[in-house]
Amino acid sequence: MSSDTIAAPASAAAPTAPLAFLRAQGRWHWAEIAFWLATLLPFVLTPDYLVLASQVAISALFALSLDLILGFSGIVSLGHAAYFGVGAYTAGLLSVWGWGEPLTGLVVAGAVTGVVGYVTSFVIARFRHLALIMITLGFGLLLQEAANSAGWLTGGFNGLQGVHTWPIFGKFEFDLYGYTAYAYALAVLFLIFLVARRIIHSPFGLALRGIRENGTRMPAIGAPTHSHIRTIYTIAAIIAGVAGAILTQSTETVSLEALGFQRSADVLVMLIVGGTGKLYGGLIGAAVYMVARDQFSGLNPQYWYFWIGLLLIAVVMFLPNGILGGLAGIADFVKTKWTKTP
Amino acid sequence: MPPVFGVLFDGVAYGMLLFLMSVGLSVTLGMMNFVNLAHCSFAMLGGYVTVTLMNALHWPFFATLPAAFIAGAAASVVLERIFFRRFYNASELNQCVLTIGIVFVSVAAAAYIYGTDQQPMQLPSYLQGSITFLGLDFAIYRLFLIVAAALITILLVVTLEWTRFGAQVRAAVNNQRMARGLGIDVDTLFAITFALGGGLAGLGGGLAIAMLGLDPSFALTYLIYVLIVVSVGGLGSIAGSFVAAMLLGVADMAGKYYVPAFGSVLIYLVMLVVIMWRPSGLFGRR
Repeated sequence: MSSDTIAAPASAAAPTAPLAFLRAQGRWHWAEIAFWLATLLPFVLTPDYLVLASQVAISALFALSLDLILGFSGIVSLGHAAYFGVGAYTAGLLSVWGWGEPLTGLVVAGAVTGVVGYVTSFVIARFRHLALIMITLGFGLLLQEAANSAGWLTGGFNGLQGVHTWPIFGKFEFDLYGYTAYAYALAVLFLIFLVARRIIHSPFGLALRGIRENGTRMPAIGAPTHSHIRTIYTIAAIIAGVAGAILTQSTETVSLEALGFQRSADVLVMLIVGGTGKLYGGLIGAAVYMVARDQFSGLNPQYWYFWIGLLLIAVVMFLPNGILGGLAGIADFVKTKWTKTP
Repeated sequence: MPPVFGVLFDGVAYGMLLFLMSVGLSVTLGMMNFVNLAHCSFAMLGGYVTVTLMNALHWPFFATLPAAFIAGAAASVVLERIFFRRFYNASELNQCVLTIGIVFVSVAAAAYIYGTDQQPMQLPSYLQGSITFLGLDFAIYRLFLIVAAALITILLVVTLEWTRFGAQVRAAVNNQRMARGLGIDVDTLFAITFALGGGLAGLGGGLAIAMLGLDPSFALTYLIYVLIVVSVGGLGSIAGSFVAAMLLGVADMAGKYYVPAFGSVLIYLVMLVVIMWRPSGLFGRR
């Protein structure tokens, strides 16, 4: 998909063509509008599952963040939960220290994670391949161990106690049914999605895809690869931190799980299952994964990972572009059939 | 025994185990650039084979070790033929996803068959206890581990340095395309190397139970250590893996003994620094 999107502007004769191309890419499809309308359905159809729905929205936001670096820029990370965890602990600590206002909490958590992301991005931008995988993995593990050791700050193994989130706008209390939590998470998800969508359909987004496709050719045509990677990595870190902060605020607890390897692996699974390098891949993947986990864990909680493992093997063997890639393949197939028959 | 010697001794024994479990991954990664996160699942399989044969069938401990080796080798060959060979040219991400899927399946399967508890294992009486030498106490089993692993290492080095097979392996690690051009059947070579690596991991798993314990999370816990050994040592380098495994073993033991509050922070920090300093590892060629 991306090789032709990169080739297209080069062959453009008119000077406005590249922008027109990007604008055409960024046009809203009816399926997208339908998707976002469908996210409102849980309020009406399954009000008992709003807590789950809020978890889905949080995971979707986290997966979107990973998609920006992995799917669009080709930076493989096995430690992305580090940023999720930093955001979660920042929001939690803020509340413990007496400031439980959710929206400012979100901003502070995003800012702190952004600083951490910016600092680490200098290292990330310099490496590729196995070294990069080991560095992201090592950084995630390091942070997890550090949080575990710093029990005076994080509560260590027991998690952070005494988080209390104030009502949103002073009005909407976080309730047991997850009504506020889902509305809150969904609203933030939608806003950040708009930002991510804008980034991807900008010249900068195109440059990122260029880096993913060929990391040595991009500097040769004059693209500042390292600075691009630093920028998108910082943005992705901020989004992950915001996702973590929403989890803290809506559940009013933070545990070490928030930055564990398991969470890094889970979000990778969601993204792979949904489809990498497609804005909706992480969203679909998160929904499928979380709902499936909810259903399966009711049956046999211990063996959930058996099915996840099989699913992963099946996806890389038969659906290399995830569910969305598979659907797109079917759509293409149907389209060519229809246009050929008459 | 003064603590320094105890920590050093335990660390070396631990490092020997890590070396056995990781050397196969290092060579196969260096040869085919295939990121096999499931390597520790072979070690776990070896461990469960040893435990089962000893506890259910009452085999002697030493008889179970070849069985653990064969189980690891057989499992790795089967997986290599069915799955891995299709992914040699795939992206690292796809390789990671495929093999982590296998890890998840193996962990859940182990939990299903054996439960999540630590597996009990009774070492033969002649491997228990300790001997005193020059006023220092040495645990016999750990001494045995060091000697056994050292013998295997020597065997491995001799095989790789002085046999035709070894020369072919070194050629393939050094430059796979050139090796193919010279008429070396790299695919078969790789399958054999993969089997050997899986077998050594299985053997390491069998030997590890008495020191590290065995439960279904083994495949994930020690995967991280094995990856550290491989990436710090440098891909395809046996000497590198050996040095890295010793360093990691001693450093981990020392960290746990002297600064338990920091947990494994030290290990990860050192690993990060080494990889940033030398991205291809201490002994890496690329």
